[in-house]
Amino acid sequence: MENLTVKEKFNWPVTILLLLGLFTVLFPLYMTVIIAFKQPSEMTNDVIGLLSFPKAWSFDNFREAMRVTDFWRSLFNSFLITAVTMIVSIAIHSLMGYAVARNMNTSKFYRFSYFYVVSGMFVPFAILMMPLVKQTAQLHIDNMFGVIVLYVVFYMPMNVLLYAGYLKNIPVALEEAAHVDGASTWTTYWKIIFPLMWPMHATVAVLTALGTWNDVMTPLVIMSGSGVNTLPLAQLNFQTQFGTNYNLAFASYLLALLPMLIFYLVAQKQIINGVINGAVK
Amino acid sequence: MKSQNERKRTFLMIAVPILLLFFMFNTLPLLRGVMYSFTNFRGYGKFDWVGWRNYIDLFTDSRVGNSYWFTFKLALVATILINILSLIMALALNAKIRFKSFLRGMYFIPNILGALVVGYIFSYIFTYILPAITHAASMLADKNWAWVAIVIVCAWQSIAMNTLIYISGLQTVPEDVYEAASLDGATGWNKFRYITFPLIMPFFTINMVLCMKNNLMVFDQIMALTKGGPAQSTESISFLIYNNGMSGGQFGFQSANAVVFFIVIVIISVLQLRFLNKKEEQL
Repeated sequence: MENLTVKEKFNWPVTILLLLGLFTVLFPLYMTVIIAFKQPSEMTNDVIGLLSFPKAWSFDNFREAMRVTDFWRSLFNSFLITAVTMIVSIAIHSLMGYAVARNMNTSKFYRFSYFYVVSGMFVPFAILMMPLVKQTAQLHIDNMFGVIVLYVVFYMPMNVLLYAGYLKNIPVALEEAAHVDGASTWTTYWKIIFPLMWPMHATVAVLTALGTWNDVMTPLVIMSGSGVNTLPLAQLNFQTQFGTNYNLAFASYLLALLPMLIFYLVAQKQIINGVINGAVK
Repeated sequence: MKSQNERKRTFLMIAVPILLLFFMFNTLPLLRGVMYSFTNFRGYGKFDWVGWRNYIDLFTDSRVGNSYWFTFKLALVATILINILSLIMALALNAKIRFKSFLRGMYFIPNILGALVVGYIFSYIFTYILPAITHAASMLADKNWAWVAIVIVCAWQSIAMNTLIYISGLQTVPEDVYEAASLDGATGWNKFRYITFPLIMPFFTINMVLCMKNNLMVFDQIMALTKGGPAQSTESISFLIYNNGMSGGQFGFQSANAVVFFIVIVIISVLQLRFLNKKEEQL
């Protein structure tokens, strides 16, 4: 492929148009960085004043934003919720996908279970929201634990669909061989099947993590009033405290965007592959 | 025989607890939502059964009507806009361009960012940057234009995702199909219209359904940009249910709204799949 591209003629007009088009993606990010480093006194009302470089690149806004929004705690909460959701989802959803995929063709119960869970994809959060607020409060899980439980349930339809689809391509003969050697179904699953599903685990991890990390609505309704924030929720809850100090607000926005941007920089290929797999399969 | 039983038992021990968990936090709240929709529950205290009254009131409530009009207008315009632009972007990013992986990587960035923070950033652009250039009032403050601002923000984020799906669709089209078409004298638009597009039709279906569903559930962008204003002109259905149901004392009434919304989403998704599948078969 590499050798071919050297000989090929590049389509330069399209390349140049695409490079120019990057402005639409980069402008909002550029603006965020610029404003985050400026001082309120540098903010004038004309465009040039708004978008010019700051006089000094000082990190004061960031320090202040971290203090106001309790950044490290929010970051830790977001990280904890996302990581636990991801791990539990991979474990539970792959097991469910396995049970369903291996019995769907012979058992009505599993076929029904499959369609029952997958049809949950059509249920909008809006209808579950109010009853769930009551329910989590009654069960005393109107906290981070409850939010994780809800995420594990919300992502189940999509993930079970993905896992069950993937398992159709893994021959049953593999398990039967292990069975003959006397291994239990449970051991066979973790020793043989689970490791075979790594490509799908990566997809599920990416989709679940992107969704939970950026989600606002679930923690907003479940943990409201508890004072516990996730990273996006902190932006919402401290919006009024920023007042008209946009520099402080933008420093906080940039801090909220940075973890995901860094993660994307590191694992771009895995993220893009994961998203494609999830949507197309 | 013994090992067959062991296998069955293991599968049951996996499936039953997971199904119970799913029932507890998906089906049960759904049923409770339906139940509340027949009450005058305010979210606290005692409540009475009111039969179908909430549902009848839904159709005469102008605020609910407006939120449906706004949400559908937004979802339809955004879905069409996003899909046209995504197709163009995908064709461009799939052409023989320089810096291909760099460009694809850059154009995907909007998709990984949180919608709420993106909304806040665009809110500043609409409130300060654009008026400074055009010397017009902010779009967000104008009840005829605020919805357009929300379409723009939704599109900015969703195009990345849809483009990616179209690119993976374009990659399934074998190169020799184009070569054969070129020999037959097909060029440019015709090649796209009669060869490329029919072949990536399944990807078009996925994009339309996903995009429409996401746009109908729009919430974060509303919270960040307008909070439903100005003059309640940008209240999406999800926002109205959240706002009036959670703190407006309309728990029962908004539950009925949510039930109708749920049915609407199911009908639209099924219709879309049916309709687009039929088109696929014809081609």
